[in-house]
Amino acid sequence: MEIKIKTKNNILIITLKGSIDSKTAPEVQQKVLESSVNSKNVIIDLTSVDFVSSAGLRVLLMLYRQIKVKNGKVVLVGVSEEITDIMSMTGFINFFEIIDTVENALNTY
Amino acid sequence: MAELDFDTRIDYYPTHEHQGIKYRRGHVLPFGATMVPNGVNFSIYSSAAYSCILVLFVKGANEPYAEIAFPEEFRIGNTYSMIVFDLDFELLEYGYRMDGPFDPESGHRFDKSKILSDPYAKAIGGRDKWLAPPDWDNIYSHRSRLVFEDFDWETDKPLETPIEDLVVYEAHVRGFTNHPSSGVKNRGTFAGAREKIPYLLDLGINCIELMPIYEYDEYEHSKTNPETGELLVNYWGYSTLNFFAPKSGYAATGKYGMQVDELKTLIKEFHKNGIEVMLDVVFNHTAEGDHRGPTISFKGIDNNTYYMLTPEGYYFNFSGTGNTLNCNHPVVRNMVLDCLRYWASEYHIDGFRFDLAAILGRAQDGSPLNNPPLLESLAHDPVLAKCKLIAEAWDAGGLYQVGSFPAYGRWAEWNGKYRDAIRRFLKGEEGLIGELSQRLQGSPDLYSTRGTSAGINFITCHDGFTLYDLFAYNEKHNEANGENNNDGNNDNFSWNCGCEGETEDEGINILRHRQIKNALSILMVSQGVPMVLMGDEMGRTKYGNNNTYCHDNGLNWMNWDLIDKNSDIYYFAKHIINFRRNHPVLRNRDHFRNSDYKNTGYPDISFHGVHAWNADWSKSSRVLAIMLDGGHAKNGYTTDDTIYVAINMHWEALPFEIPQLPENKNWHVSVNTDMPPPHDFHQINKEAVLENQSSCILGPRSVVILVGK
Repeated sequence: MEIKIKTKNNILIITLKGSIDSKTAPEVQQKVLESSVNSKNVIIDLTSVDFVSSAGLRVLLMLYRQIKVKNGKVVLVGVSEEITDIMSMTGFINFFEIIDTVENALNTY
Repeated sequence: MAELDFDTRIDYYPTHEHQGIKYRRGHVLPFGATMVPNGVNFSIYSSAAYSCILVLFVKGANEPYAEIAFPEEFRIGNTYSMIVFDLDFELLEYGYRMDGPFDPESGHRFDKSKILSDPYAKAIGGRDKWLAPPDWDNIYSHRSRLVFEDFDWETDKPLETPIEDLVVYEAHVRGFTNHPSSGVKNRGTFAGAREKIPYLLDLGINCIELMPIYEYDEYEHSKTNPETGELLVNYWGYSTLNFFAPKSGYAATGKYGMQVDELKTLIKEFHKNGIEVMLDVVFNHTAEGDHRGPTISFKGIDNNTYYMLTPEGYYFNFSGTGNTLNCNHPVVRNMVLDCLRYWASEYHIDGFRFDLAAILGRAQDGSPLNNPPLLESLAHDPVLAKCKLIAEAWDAGGLYQVGSFPAYGRWAEWNGKYRDAIRRFLKGEEGLIGELSQRLQGSPDLYSTRGTSAGINFITCHDGFTLYDLFAYNEKHNEANGENNNDGNNDNFSWNCGCEGETEDEGINILRHRQIKNALSILMVSQGVPMVLMGDEMGRTKYGNNNTYCHDNGLNWMNWDLIDKNSDIYYFAKHIINFRRNHPVLRNRDHFRNSDYKNTGYPDISFHGVHAWNADWSKSSRVLAIMLDGGHAKNGYTTDDTIYVAINMHWEALPFEIPQLPENKNWHVSVNTDMPPPHDFHQINKEAVLENQSSCILGPRSVVILVGK
């Protein structure tokens, strides 16, 4: 799992690569939650993520809850059709805005 | 002051180690496998085991990667518990080995060569995808798994709709959308059912009752149809492997182990749309069969506790399926209670329908109890306090308790007498007007102290003919089940309207459609809680098969194209269901008083016939009309229009004299099943004024419903 984190216009952009499953979720959770402590707005780029397991979905939702209490917003970018389907059937999709590219996501803030 | 972290607890740290796996003494309660900080707490009960071993697998592996014996100091009473550290929640599969006596006469059938599934497991692996070919050499076929129990329900909770306001739709998850005509993305799944919520809303349904969704093995007793070569399976699912785990094969995401989230999402969406979710639960037996059946879980953990056994150590068979769960053993009773609480609280389930519930009132020796502790516990349980509890009040051992099921002020029943009486009346039998009037009133003869809502009224359910087949077949046609037509009920009280099966005869087909509309009309104007079988609203047929438990094909998949083929039935069903939803006068909770206690000038209910105010109760009569006074709606707590329902099951048309309304009101026609579509009903609030306010002709075998306003 590769995790890249940068900031643009005060918006945190987290780029993930690989699978978010029970093996990688603890590391993603730690890094993502830590880096977003001082952010209200977060973009997560999943373009290079091929699978998100139950544990992975929960990391995303935990981030959402952390940002929500600050009245911020979490946007997911580059979500594959399969992951969109899984998130839709398991209800997780309702919590997020889904945008095709990082550029377009930046424009929503 | 610093926040108290989990790692400051002493039990965050292991005390023992085996093959590199760290563990410590666990917590006795709750039973099952529970995620705790840093590990998983395992706890299981057995009253007669000598010892117990926890067996751990990596998901899908043939062999376990570890077997950890519970040290004697981890056993408290008859429970074994331990916390194991650093487990991968998603990839773990676990089970138990129990060593103990094999002595069937004493009730014990321990076999330490078997790996046993946890009765309290929250998910079961092995049948992840519907009918995926199993590995028959698997040393552990139905594997216990962990689930995350942190679903984000937001503001959702069970709806607590008054039971008398429900219109229940009995559906099979797979059958509902598996036919290609359903048009959903993931056919036959929880996700697929979710796509059909708008359909149910439009139809007027506000409660869906799901046939069993606890994990079961569709391959159980599977066999090949000798005539067609087709695989016959355990399709309906009335054979539970585990009471806490949802059926993975019903989830499009089951292959990823996400069935729990998918089901909860479905329930959350149903609730958002005002639709309650009821589960058909099977606590009368398990999938382990009799002494010849497999050892999967209960049998190898504590046979004597979980099953009702004969003095010789064989299995009582009150369920007709091999064994009988020992429901009134205190330990089993607690398991049932834990299970229902779990579904009510974790899954927000609104109610439960108990399959062959008379068994739940039997003692450990099989005799019926006067005051069955399980039924009493459920009725008074704090968590289940607002759940609907509905009994199928009979069993396969001859105990028939419709009207006498121990209710404790809570329990409702599937009213089997309603089904039989209405069917016989519809097919034209005489001598039924007295009983018909009781059934229309919510069966006060059966539920005098329990109110109308003690009865779930139904004419059809999964078991038996569909509504269409009720008027297309005199006899069952179960050859496709591979049992020489010997299975299934012979007393169907059906009438084929003149030809057995499909016909081109227009007259017969018109009569069949009319009879379906008559049946739906009677069901929807009866006091009590109506239940509709999935597909009856569109004239679904099973081609005369009245026991389709084993078919994963068009006999059980609802063909959505029937909406077009039988559009008149569909539009009529939608009308009559919504008519009920619109008229509180049809939905009393308590029985009629047969008096004018609101001083409206009319009694709450009155009985009529060909002559107003003069019903014909004689043996040869096939005619009855009732008038429900709008001033007494909901037992007088609200007001509504006055409704007049006239039913003629005579084969000839008859003129009915209609009771007079107050001067400022007129009769309007809502339904006349004798009229060809689209004149068989008028839209709600757009009803046509009845031309002759004092009489109307009822065609042969037809129903007229008038609204007085």
